[in-house]
Amino acid sequence: MAAPIFSCKDVAKVYRSGDVEVHALRGVDLDLYEGEMAVLLGPSGSGKSTLLNIIGGLDQASSGTVHFREQELTACSERELTRYRRDHVGFVFQFYNLIPSLTAWENVALVTEISKNPMTPDEALEMVGLKDRTAHFPAQLSGGEQQRVAIARAIAKRPEVLLCDEPTGALDSKTGIIVLEALSRINEELNTTMAIITHNAGIRQIAHRVFSFRDGRIVEAQVNETRSKPAEVTW
Amino acid sequence: MSMLDRKLLRDLARLWAQVLAIALVMACGVATIVIAVGAYRSLEETRSVFYDRYRFANVFAAATRAPLHLMERMTSLGGVSGIELRVVRPVLLDIIGMVEPGTGVAVSIPDRGEPAVNRLYLRTGRLPEPGRAGEVAVTEPFAAAHGMQPGSRFDAILNGRKMTLTVTAIVLSPEYIYAMGPGDMVPDQRRFGVFFMLRSAMEGLFDMKGAFNDVAIRTQRGVETAAVIDAVDAILKPYGGTGAHERADQMSHAFLDNELTQLRGMAMVIPPVFLFVSAFLVNMILSRLIALEREQIGLLKAIGYGPMAIAWHYAKLTLAIGAIGVVIGAAAGNWTGRAMTRLYGEFFSFPFLVFRQSLDLYAIAAGATALAALAGAARAIFSVVALPAAVAMQPPAPTRYRSLLSGKGGRLKMFSQLTIMALRHLVRWPVRTLLTAIGTSLSVALLVTALFSTDSIDYMIDAVFFRAERQDATLSFAQGLSPRALQSVAAMPGVMRAEPYRATAAVLRNGTRSRRLAIVGVAPGAGLSRVLDVNLQAVEPPETGLLVSDYAAELLGLRIGDRAEVELLEQAGRVVFVPVTAIVSSYVGLTVYMSAEALDRLLADGPRLSGVRVAVDPARTDELYAAVKQTPAVASIALQGVSRRRFRETIETNMSMMMTTYMVLAIIITIGVIYNSARIQLSERARELASLRVLGFTRAEVSSVLLIELGAVVALAQPLGWLFGYLFSWLVVVGFATDLFRIPFVINPSTFAIASLVVLATAALSALIVRRRIDSLDLISVLKTRE
Repeated sequence: MAAPIFSCKDVAKVYRSGDVEVHALRGVDLDLYEGEMAVLLGPSGSGKSTLLNIIGGLDQASSGTVHFREQELTACSERELTRYRRDHVGFVFQFYNLIPSLTAWENVALVTEISKNPMTPDEALEMVGLKDRTAHFPAQLSGGEQQRVAIARAIAKRPEVLLCDEPTGALDSKTGIIVLEALSRINEELNTTMAIITHNAGIRQIAHRVFSFRDGRIVEAQVNETRSKPAEVTW
Repeated sequence: MSMLDRKLLRDLARLWAQVLAIALVMACGVATIVIAVGAYRSLEETRSVFYDRYRFANVFAAATRAPLHLMERMTSLGGVSGIELRVVRPVLLDIIGMVEPGTGVAVSIPDRGEPAVNRLYLRTGRLPEPGRAGEVAVTEPFAAAHGMQPGSRFDAILNGRKMTLTVTAIVLSPEYIYAMGPGDMVPDQRRFGVFFMLRSAMEGLFDMKGAFNDVAIRTQRGVETAAVIDAVDAILKPYGGTGAHERADQMSHAFLDNELTQLRGMAMVIPPVFLFVSAFLVNMILSRLIALEREQIGLLKAIGYGPMAIAWHYAKLTLAIGAIGVVIGAAAGNWTGRAMTRLYGEFFSFPFLVFRQSLDLYAIAAGATALAALAGAARAIFSVVALPAAVAMQPPAPTRYRSLLSGKGGRLKMFSQLTIMALRHLVRWPVRTLLTAIGTSLSVALLVTALFSTDSIDYMIDAVFFRAERQDATLSFAQGLSPRALQSVAAMPGVMRAEPYRATAAVLRNGTRSRRLAIVGVAPGAGLSRVLDVNLQAVEPPETGLLVSDYAAELLGLRIGDRAEVELLEQAGRVVFVPVTAIVSSYVGLTVYMSAEALDRLLADGPRLSGVRVAVDPARTDELYAAVKQTPAVASIALQGVSRRRFRETIETNMSMMMTTYMVLAIIITIGVIYNSARIQLSERARELASLRVLGFTRAEVSSVLLIELGAVVALAQPLGWLFGYLFSWLVVVGFATDLFRIPFVINPSTFAIASLVVLATAALSALIVRRRIDSLDLISVLKTRE
């Protein structure tokens, strides 16, 4: 088997606020492989977002190690993590986080301007089926359209990893399926490694592997022998 | 305490930095009101009390020599409450330890009893007594400058006779609150003093037995002085009367008036600037606070708080900020106002200071601040009232942006997406952007207004001392002398060049407008004192006609070619008509020039000299001074070189104080505006900026969005500030122009540059304080929540 793109060893995260210690992660081991689509499932506070933030370079682990290929993320400085996010990672969030003062096209161009080998904003928007809405501001787009712009923005730099935190959380089922289709297509066409957090157990069927979180630990890892198409996902 | 009030206190504590920044701007407004109006009232009150208690005259006249029996005719004039017929003469002083001769004025006081008008305030000692030769009372500033006490002695040349005078008293006079020697532009306490001697002593010294040459009259309240002036003119005409005038033309009074006008101007112009800025800042911070607390407002309404209760909650927050500003401003204003009034007390010679502690002033300042704050808050508070509870609980509709600069691909390659973000945000809130720019521009304007006076005064010094009045000294004769006197002066030690002049008092009329002024005859080829045209080029007076200064021409409505009516005061008011042949420049006094020959012809009493201007060998000034002290014909000596230095010193002291004050005010405005805008931008855009950080933009890149936006506003503020500064400065020039003194309107480019640099540096500093908050943005929590 090829070397994993991500390798997490005994990752723990403790948040301190005043006298209270919150153990968000209590020792997680996880490897993700190139081109893999992984779904992270679990109730609120089970630690899945914390892990995603740590492998995305947004947060630092309290202990344990995380490697992205040969780079040890847990040893990186703030500046190196910014560089890492800029060069390798795409993010998609529940609330899209588009820049309201930039049009769809410009939101994508925001990222392509600072990337080494990006696709054009038009290509990225076409991949998510939005080539006709490029001149619209976020306020003029529906929720599903906004999320697809966010996906286009995330993939435009051809990232090795796409991290999605509840990408369909704010969407109805019909729109949600369109978004999942866009993600699947990118996974297949660009061979992008993906980690998708969701509350929606139905989405597990489209993943290669599914990890279930509880109380800061992975309690179950499951391999899907047969994957469903996004259109078959039940909501 | 109600829960809403508890929230109020916590909001204030949480927003302390922004609240303080706004409160300081308000404090400046309050302080300037308290300082300017307070000092104005104190000075005005002090002057009025001094005038009343010491019976300051309000009609003044001079004659060559008039008999004392005219007293009866003058007393019989209606409405007169007191008359003093005096002998007033210039004297030269020879003070030990002072090489250059001082000048002074000797004024007679009655042998017995107090003067009917212009009484003396006795600071220490006793007034001169009859029968004791050489006793004088000396004005306090002069005495202080020389460490004189009762019993001190000094030499003076009185009517050509040198004698030793003994100081018996240190006094203050309402007539010499502001006392300035000949040729000076600011008071010089060391070189100029006023001396009071008994009439009996002065009669003998100046050959004025049974005669007077100066009248001071105090009329009863409500009496028209014009009638008295006409009557006095008629009475004195046969005795060389040079025309009576009222208080407004009395030098000390006019200077004080000038100062009071400036204070009033400051009270009218500066506080509104601060009130405007603070209203805007309150608007900015409260709008944002209410936007952030939208859901809380909805909740409060949902649980039954009425719209008025919630509106009052935010109004109280506004008023609390105002109250902080008022307290700081009132304390600072009270303290500075007292210091400033005391400073005035030193600059002007008052025997006492009446502080007007007016509560109404603080009430007005507090009321104005509260009004400005509420006006600023009105729109935001109204939006609270109007917002239905159900809507308030929903997140606000997303902001819609206009597609300014929109385009794909190569269309707008010149701007990065980050720049476009910044610029669109600016354009999305055009009113706020403009107001922020105007607020910042007012700092630039204040600085330009403070700094430009240096340019103007440098220009004036150059014009007056280096182009026009280039002599080292001017000797004035006690009376007109024949042209032979020029040779005598030229022969004095150290004199390298001597040029004569003649001056005569006159009233210049054009229709109903008239002004008392001096006509100065200019000798052909005069190089020491030159007449300058409006471009500061020397002009030679033509054979006939008047050269009128631009200010006098404007006052009288005279243009080249007009025939001005000239009343010759030293010739019993003989009236002649003379054409205006040129308009020339002048910054000090009201002067009209003619060629010396033309003036001699006009006066028709043969060639006469009023004095001689001299250039002196610097190595031999002491010899010249010694010679002048021995020359009876010289009534006074003006030392332009010393005046120049003294003028610079005084101006520089005043300027540095004023500039420091304005600098502080401008910095407070800039910090108030820029810091608050930056904080509010950050609050509005924290989510966007955090998203950028997540996408891999560095801190510097993310900060650039905010800094570009602020930079654009600050850049826009510069030309606006220059424009406002230009206008303010022009208002200052116009407002301060008096018959005595005008400042030219000159602003050097460097002044604009310095003003801008100060504001840019302050703005950069304020922005950097806020930039540090960008570094600590919480990336994760921002992404987890909807705004």
